[in-house]
Amino acid sequence: MPDTILELRGLDAHYGDFQALYGIDMQVTEGEVLAIIGSNGAGKTTMMRSISGLLSNRRDQIRYRGGAIGNLRADEVAHKGIALVPEGRQLFPSLSVEENLLIGGQVGRQGHWNLRRLYDLFPILEERRNVPSTSLSGGQQQMVAIGRALMSNPDLILFDEISLGLAPVIIKDIYTALPGIIGQGMSAVIVEQDISKALSVSSRVYCLQEGRVSLEGASDTVSREDISRAYFGID
Amino acid sequence: MEWINALVQGILLGGLYALFAAGLSLIFGVMRLVNIAHGDLIVLAAFLGLTVTTATGMHPLLALIVVVPLMAGLGYALQRGLLNQTLGDDILPPLLVTFGLSVILQNGLLEIYSADPQKLSAGGLETASLPVGGLSLGVLPLLTFAIAVLVIWGLQWTFYHTSLGRSFRAVSDNQDIAQLMGINRRHVFGLAMALALAVTAVAGILLGIRTSFDPSVGGGRLIFGFEAVIIGGLGNLWGTLAGGVILGVAQTIGAKIDPGWQILAGHIVFLLILAVRPNGLFPRIAA
Ligand SMILES: Nc1ncnc2c1ncn2[C@@H]1O[C@H](COP(=O)(O)OP(=O)(O)OP(=O)(O)O)[C@@H](O)[C@H]1O
Ligand SMILES: [Mg+2]
Repeated sequence: MPDTILELRGLDAHYGDFQALYGIDMQVTEGEVLAIIGSNGAGKTTMMRSISGLLSNRRDQIRYRGGAIGNLRADEVAHKGIALVPEGRQLFPSLSVEENLLIGGQVGRQGHWNLRRLYDLFPILEERRNVPSTSLSGGQQQMVAIGRALMSNPDLILFDEISLGLAPVIIKDIYTALPGIIGQGMSAVIVEQDISKALSVSSRVYCLQEGRVSLEGASDTVSREDISRAYFGID
Repeated sequence: MEWINALVQGILLGGLYALFAAGLSLIFGVMRLVNIAHGDLIVLAAFLGLTVTTATGMHPLLALIVVVPLMAGLGYALQRGLLNQTLGDDILPPLLVTFGLSVILQNGLLEIYSADPQKLSAGGLETASLPVGGLSLGVLPLLTFAIAVLVIWGLQWTFYHTSLGRSFRAVSDNQDIAQLMGINRRHVFGLAMALALAVTAVAGILLGIRTSFDPSVGGGRLIFGFEAVIIGGLGNLWGTLAGGVILGVAQTIGAKIDPGWQILAGHIVFLLILAVRPNGLFPRIAA
């Protein structure tokens, strides 16, 4: 019986007076790939920001490897081995491609990933290592965003809409590379609007709807009807 | 020849102004903080230099080995203990708090050291000069300029060739994402302020050797620093050096025309440049 690496227990999140998440319960098992789907504004990004410490929560609402981390700052969470590939890539414009990767490694966690292995995974980044990150194409920027997260050798990696705004061929490339990336003993949570992509890479799926979990199930058994009901809230 | 002399003196004076400005520029660049107390911190460093030299009989330049770490430590403590709490989306709180700090520093210095003008005595260094191509250049202004170039070069190198500098730039770009990389921005801000006040310590000691100072002169140094930063273009340290030089030259040429014009000429050139190039001469290209 594999251990739970991450557990959300009744996770709430607020932006001022507005409540974005209502008592989310969720478990991520060691080594699994979990998919989160849900329509625009459902709260997926809010959940990723909460887990990674960018939003502060009640201490015991987020547990990681058995410890309560809900109240930790993002830098503390990063040191614990959780990395986020944020929505919209969010590279550092003042840093070169290589510096963007190196800064991910500054956490100083040892593991499989280093600059050499990343360049083997994404050779184009080695070619363009010294250019400003802003001069890359969208797909290349996404490679840097993924690489930057990998450089911290996380045990749990969170992807927030890695295919957003990218050309279909590039999305295909990234999803082809993904199993190899996650295969390095990591657990992963993937937020993805493309439902078939999400189901194809994950073992389990959660659907969010207006800040609540509307569906939870094994990716190979959930039916299309269940998903559309959970997605759009049509009964 | 006299005009050339004024020009060269102005360039060298610009080195001192660049030192006034470098700390301001660094702090603004990393955390968008406008430090109104910057001039008073320069004066504080000069007074610390005075205390160290009178207590130990050290040469003021040697006193740097005490004053620089002291100011750096103060910078870190000030940032972690006070200024970090003022940073946020609103730019007003840091302005108000550093303004308050400026008032406290001035009055504190007045209380401890009185309003009497003081000077750091550097012995023969103050009057030594080198004949260069028909001009007689003071060793102290030459040394000041050399130190300014070295300091700017060192800051630039730190920014672009160390992991600390990478963190500075990352935090400046996007604080949240920098935190995701495991960078504690409060600590990084503390280090930035420490570095800025280390530079301020150098500026204060050189100021104290060059001219007499009292607790009230900080405001003027702040203005010169601001003008140098803005002439050079925000976020560009070599630009800041150029800004200091332009300001220095404007002042010495102005003084050559009429001694009463020195300061005014500097302000006029600053305003002219601001009117023509509102972003300064060498702004960092916005990403
Ligand atoms: N900074 C903010 N301030 C106030 N409300 C916010 C903020 N960010 C998000 N929200 C609100 O919180 C809710 C959840 O937003 P969130 O970004 O988490 O959704 P999402 O599922 O990631 O959507 P998308 O698919 O568009 O990325 C939305 O109603 C959104 O308007
Ligand atoms: Mg989102």
